Amino acid sequence: MLVKLDNVVKHFPVQSTSIRRHSSDVVHAVDGVSLEIQRGETLGLVGETGCGKSTLARCVTRLYDLTSGRITFDGEDITGLSRRQMRPLRAQIQMIFQDPYGSLNPRRRVGSIIADPLVIHGVGTRDKRKSLVQETMELVGLNPEHYNRFPAEFSGGQRQRIGVARALILRPKLVVCDEPVSALDVSIQAQIINLLADLRAELGLTYLFIAHDLSVVRHVSDRVAVMYLGKVVERADSTDLYNHARHPYTNALLSAVPVPDPVAAEARQRIVLAGDVPSPIAPPEACRFHPRCPKAEQICTLQEPALVPRFRDPETHDAACHIPVADEEDLATARRTA
Amino acid sequence: MIRFLARRLALGVVVMFLVTIAVYVMFFAGNAENIAHRMAGRQATPDVVQRVYDNLGLNRPILAQYGHFVWRLLHGDLGRDYYHQVPVTTILKQAAPITFSLAIGAAVIWLVLGVSAGVFSSVRPRTLADRAFTTTALFFYSIPVFVLGLTLLYVFFYQLTVHGLAIFPASGYVGLTSNPYEWMRHLILPWLTLALISAAAYTRLSRTSMLEVLGEDYIRTARAKGLSERRVIVRHGLRSALAPVVTQFGVDVATALGGAILTESVFGLPGLGYESVHAINDQDLPVIVGIVIVAAAAVILANIAVDLMYAVLDPRVRLH
Amino acid sequence: MTQGIGDAISSHVSEGAFETLPANAPGTKAIEGRSPVSLAFDRLRRDRGAMISLGLIVAIIVLAIAAPGVAALTGHGPNHQYRGLDALSPSGQPHAPSTTFWFGTDDQGRDILVRTAYGARISLMVGIGATLITITAGTVVGLLTGYFGGIVDTVLARIIDMVLSIPYLLFAIALVAILGHINMWLVMVVIAGAGWASVARIIRGQVISMREREYVEAARSLGASDWRIIFVDILPNVIAPAIVFATLLLPVSVVTEAALSYLGVGVPPPTADWGQMISSAQGLYQEAWWYLFFPGIALLITTLAFNIFGDGVRDAFDPRSDRLFAK
Repeated sequence: MLVKLDNVVKHFPVQSTSIRRHSSDVVHAVDGVSLEIQRGETLGLVGETGCGKSTLARCVTRLYDLTSGRITFDGEDITGLSRRQMRPLRAQIQMIFQDPYGSLNPRRRVGSIIADPLVIHGVGTRDKRKSLVQETMELVGLNPEHYNRFPAEFSGGQRQRIGVARALILRPKLVVCDEPVSALDVSIQAQIINLLADLRAELGLTYLFIAHDLSVVRHVSDRVAVMYLGKVVERADSTDLYNHARHPYTNALLSAVPVPDPVAAEARQRIVLAGDVPSPIAPPEACRFHPRCPKAEQICTLQEPALVPRFRDPETHDAACHIPVADEEDLATARRTA
Repeated sequence: MIRFLARRLALGVVVMFLVTIAVYVMFFAGNAENIAHRMAGRQATPDVVQRVYDNLGLNRPILAQYGHFVWRLLHGDLGRDYYHQVPVTTILKQAAPITFSLAIGAAVIWLVLGVSAGVFSSVRPRTLADRAFTTTALFFYSIPVFVLGLTLLYVFFYQLTVHGLAIFPASGYVGLTSNPYEWMRHLILPWLTLALISAAAYTRLSRTSMLEVLGEDYIRTARAKGLSERRVIVRHGLRSALAPVVTQFGVDVATALGGAILTESVFGLPGLGYESVHAINDQDLPVIVGIVIVAAAAVILANIAVDLMYAVLDPRVRLH
Repeated sequence: MTQGIGDAISSHVSEGAFETLPANAPGTKAIEGRSPVSLAFDRLRRDRGAMISLGLIVAIIVLAIAAPGVAALTGHGPNHQYRGLDALSPSGQPHAPSTTFWFGTDDQGRDILVRTAYGARISLMVGIGATLITITAGTVVGLLTGYFGGIVDTVLARIIDMVLSIPYLLFAIALVAILGHINMWLVMVVIAGAGWASVARIIRGQVISMREREYVEAARSLGASDWRIIFVDILPNVIAPAIVFATLLLPVSVVTEAALSYLGVGVPPPTADWGQMISSAQGLYQEAWWYLFFPGIALLITTLAFNIFGDGVRDAFDPRSDRLFAK
């Protein structure tokens, strides 16, 4: 096991606009998440905007300090490490960012950007670094002779490749991909996703792959976790999730994934969730999903469901729901009773 | 809205407070012996100096002196000048109307002149008129105040007078209430001096601002809707383009009120700026302190006024 | 989307990788990107107005350096008071421009041409020196407070507000009063002392917006220290506005130096200084117009040249702004 998250909590104090600072309002970005990532696997993390997945990513890479909880990386507890102590570990945990335009400094040459990790961690001489950079550029599908160019001279997909090169040049153990393809055109998305999949195989990497698009996550992940309002609501192996999703939210997400076959698309019933995602400052009581759930019942408003296997699912598949969706159930016809 | 105002005022008070601290530290702290010496006069023996020292309270701890200073300040007492023991507030009250007349008069001229030239220029870019205005603006913008002032004096005072047309006086000030005609006659050249240079700056500023706004998409939409060019410019373009001009104007007027030092010196107008230069040459600290405080207060108030106006005009500011 | 690994590898190697940029033709060297600064320099070079004013500035610098040469040429020193009839009239009035004194003499019989040349030295040295000090001090303060934030930033931001609420010239002469005495170097310090706050405020604003950018976050996630981020990621982005500000400050510094001398609180006599010459000329220009005219013109031309050049630099760095004399 490479990474273990134990009840990770991250709250942000709300910025108050008045002169007086005290405000008891808190944004519950991540509210008790426990996850494990095995060596060599890809864990996909899915959820809508605002569910806390980006915050969780930054907690894992220790860009944020935790409010409470514990993170263990490669057997070591990294929760309380200072910035200086974290530094050598950062060579092992790298991040790929969402925005290909914002994550690269426009005034620096691409070669210098990719060589950054090498310089920061004192690897190699000038020449050695240059050859490493060019090697990595080739690995991600860039022309190594372009290392003196500026980011503005590359397309979105290529810039993302630069970001990948920068993340991989130190051959890290864990790569956290924070929505790496969300800002790209669909055809380019496919290329980058395939690139990431190939590199994982080639270099033996472990990914935490964060996205809001289920079809993207399905393609790369071994296991998937679904987040809602700061909590994990379902965890399963990839195929299990897509075939036997238990949580109503997961089912709703799945029903929104476009299906290529027009006949099948016609036949399918969309599950439309009522209302908007509630504010993370004041999440609903008990089951956080109950106000929008198509089949909520009384118990859902009273008791928070535990994240355990439902029906006869294997241990690897758990869901936090009192009335999970059965195999043949059609959620589109469900009725609320709460 | 009230909250916004309260916040800005509180901030202004804090900054004003810092000004008094800075002023006090810079001028008085550590200068005690000098002050006593100066007050006692050249021939004073050491015990006369000592007595003066005690009298002025300079033997008390710095913090106590500062507290005393602020206390007096809040009661409107800025002390007395070193040489004639005239209350500083009296000096300021005499000088302020002069500076006020100069600054406000010039401000009106430069605003009207500058903005109209700038906007006029911007709606016909690269034409001969535009180039003429821009070059003239560049010229006047580059000329130092005192050079322009002296040149105007040479041309309009000296040359005209020598040739029999004594229209403008050389220097001095006449109060508005005593003789409005003379008041204006004495102020026209100073007004022109200040106004021409600032007008040049405002021409550049409003031209640039207007050009930027006219390139925006919503202007293109307005034109596409078929609105007359005048409508487009006046109702849609001017409003946004004038925003930075207004901000700058508020600050500039306040700065001018703080003493158009050079203009007053050239034309012998005994306003705040003129007084400050004399005070510095004489090392008359209370007067300098008084003028700095008044000037800073003017600028801070002007900033608040401008912010307030923005808050009224642009609702986004209030939500900050 | 559901390709096998083998297909995937070949797809990303063959056409996806080099989407828009073709591989180099064999035999050519690697293509270098053009940095924004070098692009700006190119635009500047093509701006005729800016280049002409640059030539003018260079000419003034040459004049300043060659001032002793001018003295040698005319045979007159800058501070030497000449008594002959071609220098001063019997009643002590200055002499108009003539073949001996090309720009005439002043009320003390000194050669105005030579003094104007020497005056250029003061104006340029103080102008450039003060600008450098102001920009450096302002940028450092803005950079540090903007990046690190916290209590230091709050305090410094208020101090900046305070300095900015005192009118520029008034503050400068107040600083002179505090210092007690004055010389050329102190004039530079005084001008910088009055001007650093505007630079600091602008730079601070830029840095604050920059430190939230994703590339700074990326650098942090790589393990970069704060200082590395400041030097490698933020500073290069701050250089451009700093340069632009410097071009704005140059003419201001030159004029402020002259203004301080004019008011009698600048470089002390008998050093030849344009502001001071103009101040002395004030009582005499009615009969001796040349005493006002030559230093005045010199000051005007210098300021004008710096202003035009500054406009050019600003346009070069921001090509969107409409330029009057488009190439």
